[in-house]
Amino acid sequence: MKWTRKDLLGLEYLSKEELEFILATADSFKEVSTREIKKVPALRGKTVVNLFYEPSTRTRVSFEVAAKRLSADVINIAAETSSVKKGETLIDTGKNIQALKADIIVLRNSFSGSPFLLSRHVDISVINAGDGWHEHPTQALLDIFTLKEKFGRIEGLNVSIVGDIAHSRVARSNIWGLTKLGAKVTVCAPPMLIPYAIEEMGVRITHDIDEALYEADAVNVLRMQFERDQQNAFPEHIDYFRQYGITRERLDKAKNKNLIVMHPGPINRGIELASEVADCPQSVILEQVTNGIAVRMAVLFLVSQSENSQ
Amino acid sequence: MKILIKNCRVIDPAHTIDGIRDIFIDKKKIVRIAEHLSLSADRVIEGAGKIAIPGLVDMHVHLREPGREDKETIASGTAAALKGGVTSILVMPNTNPAIDSPQSIRLLKNIIKNTACSHVYISGAITKMRAGESLTDIPRMVREGVIAITDDGASVDNPVLFSKAMKVAGRMNIPVICHCEDKKMSGGGVMNLSFTSTRLGLRGISRESEYTRVERDIKLAEKSGCRIHIAHVSCSESVDIIAQAKKRKIRITAETAPHYFSLDEEFVSEYDANKKMNPPLREKHDVRAIRQGIKDGIIDVIASDHAPHTENEKSVEFDRAEFGVIGLETELSVAITYLVSPGIIGWAELVSLLTYNPSKILGIDKGSLGVGKEADIVILDPDKEWTVNKETFISKSKNSAFLGQKLKGSVNYTIRGGEIVYANGT
Repeated sequence: MKWTRKDLLGLEYLSKEELEFILATADSFKEVSTREIKKVPALRGKTVVNLFYEPSTRTRVSFEVAAKRLSADVINIAAETSSVKKGETLIDTGKNIQALKADIIVLRNSFSGSPFLLSRHVDISVINAGDGWHEHPTQALLDIFTLKEKFGRIEGLNVSIVGDIAHSRVARSNIWGLTKLGAKVTVCAPPMLIPYAIEEMGVRITHDIDEALYEADAVNVLRMQFERDQQNAFPEHIDYFRQYGITRERLDKAKNKNLIVMHPGPINRGIELASEVADCPQSVILEQVTNGIAVRMAVLFLVSQSENSQ
Repeated sequence: MKILIKNCRVIDPAHTIDGIRDIFIDKKKIVRIAEHLSLSADRVIEGAGKIAIPGLVDMHVHLREPGREDKETIASGTAAALKGGVTSILVMPNTNPAIDSPQSIRLLKNIIKNTACSHVYISGAITKMRAGESLTDIPRMVREGVIAITDDGASVDNPVLFSKAMKVAGRMNIPVICHCEDKKMSGGGVMNLSFTSTRLGLRGISRESEYTRVERDIKLAEKSGCRIHIAHVSCSESVDIIAQAKKRKIRITAETAPHYFSLDEEFVSEYDANKKMNPPLREKHDVRAIRQGIKDGIIDVIASDHAPHTENEKSVEFDRAEFGVIGLETELSVAITYLVSPGIIGWAELVSLLTYNPSKILGIDKGSLGVGKEADIVILDPDKEWTVNKETFISKSKNSAFLGQKLKGSVNYTIRGGEIVYANGT
């Protein structure tokens, strides 16, 4: 198949074939990071700009490492130090980056839909590195890549996503990607953290963590984003852990004894995840980080190869 | 100037006229409406194939002056109105300063006198600075020329205060226009609360935030005995509640805006800020309910809720974009395209919704083509199709929800006070 999209804005907009193509491409790039000289020339002479309006270490560093392993030049812009503080609009910032003859903008922004706004106003590629509550496509791709590595397939897997679904772009991207690839997805959270009509995305809803784990092959545990609680409706940390925290005892009650535990990070030990679970053999949290590089190399490579990109 | 309009289909619900007539205008007034008039005139307009209706009366318009003249002025907004066939406008008081005192009313009247191209009527704020805390001097504002009161853009949260305002309005015999929104329920929302808002990761505005406030305002009005008018009805529950209130003989009228019977929330995709308004575009079944409410006479008025914003204010992240769309230049065509063409209502009903009904509610002598009345007339081509684009707008702002859409029906002439104030060649 030939890749045709200049942007990666979300997994909702991709076909099953496109998702599989990204995963296959990532698979071929994974080996690069195991070499003694961890570099290929695929993006030599290309410039990648990480435009980050929200604090992020993991995703930003992962994109930077991925771009560098492809031999691209990487510029990091953090909102705190940029013209944004002086009132420059996203469109103007984007046009300036384009005028610098960059090739790819990797955008992290707290406003849902901002990558769409940017991509409508620049011709260079835009990769969504997380927009508000909307999507975080490369995170979901690396989650799915990790699942595929572990199980050899996605079709028919039972995946439970636990935590603050309402405010989670990771959840939305995972749901789109997993359901398109044939997994059965369950979301589990207290009622106020389940967004309106989420079942229309093709997921099952439960408020019972033991039920969510019982038939699961994998559980993706989201960070509780207490900073987003505007109406003081979130449960207390300790109450949340008691009701929804992933503990050894809870994992042991699950049918699949090889149930794997994922987390997009950063983890809050003792809130959504018991420390011993984070570090247990079933946890693939650090493998996810490693796989993130391969997935992001694939995405950077593919958008730069599209006919529509410069 | 003597104007003779020949062989035109004249539709005037106030006088139950719908037929081919000639109209003779002299000294600013309609002198005769009859078949086959042979009178000498300075200007003869051939009306065959065209429709003549009273000039539109748009009772929900934001012209931004004073305060935000970069978005719109009385001059630019009323010129835009004439292009859309609107000859009378009720301006909303959410300007800066707000229209909440005799001084601000006099300031506004002065601007209108010097710059307006159409008739402009004034609504006054219910509370000072529209802050919902203390009542304005409603009787004095009425003496200065205010013909309705509203805190449009906000609902008066305090029911005791709102009841008092209703009682005064009832005594002064002016309508209270209700912006029905419980901000505690809608707070922070930017589009309709639904699967689409979940999908787009945007904060939702629930339908409850609208219709529970419609219910409350009806209860308050029932006790106070004043006339209330529900602005920009957007959801099916509101239509039902208003229908029941009408059955109970409460003095209530209701309005909707063109986008609520033509567009649903899915048009927001992907994050089009020109589809962001308050109340938000709702769901498909709401669009159907609004159409049915119009057909059944539950909704009395179509008004644009013309809300100009600069491109800078719309070309930003969806969350940060201003609420509102312009509508003066498209409302007639949108109504023809979505209501008359598909046969939901007939021409006479459409004309009532756009002219006669709002005139009655506001108590102004507009919206009809009676002999002896001031000649405010629109001549339109009902079949002409045109595509909305930024260049077509006279308004200072271009934030239309219908950009790129093909619409049916176009204004050929707008006559205001017996003068041709807008003409479109064809």
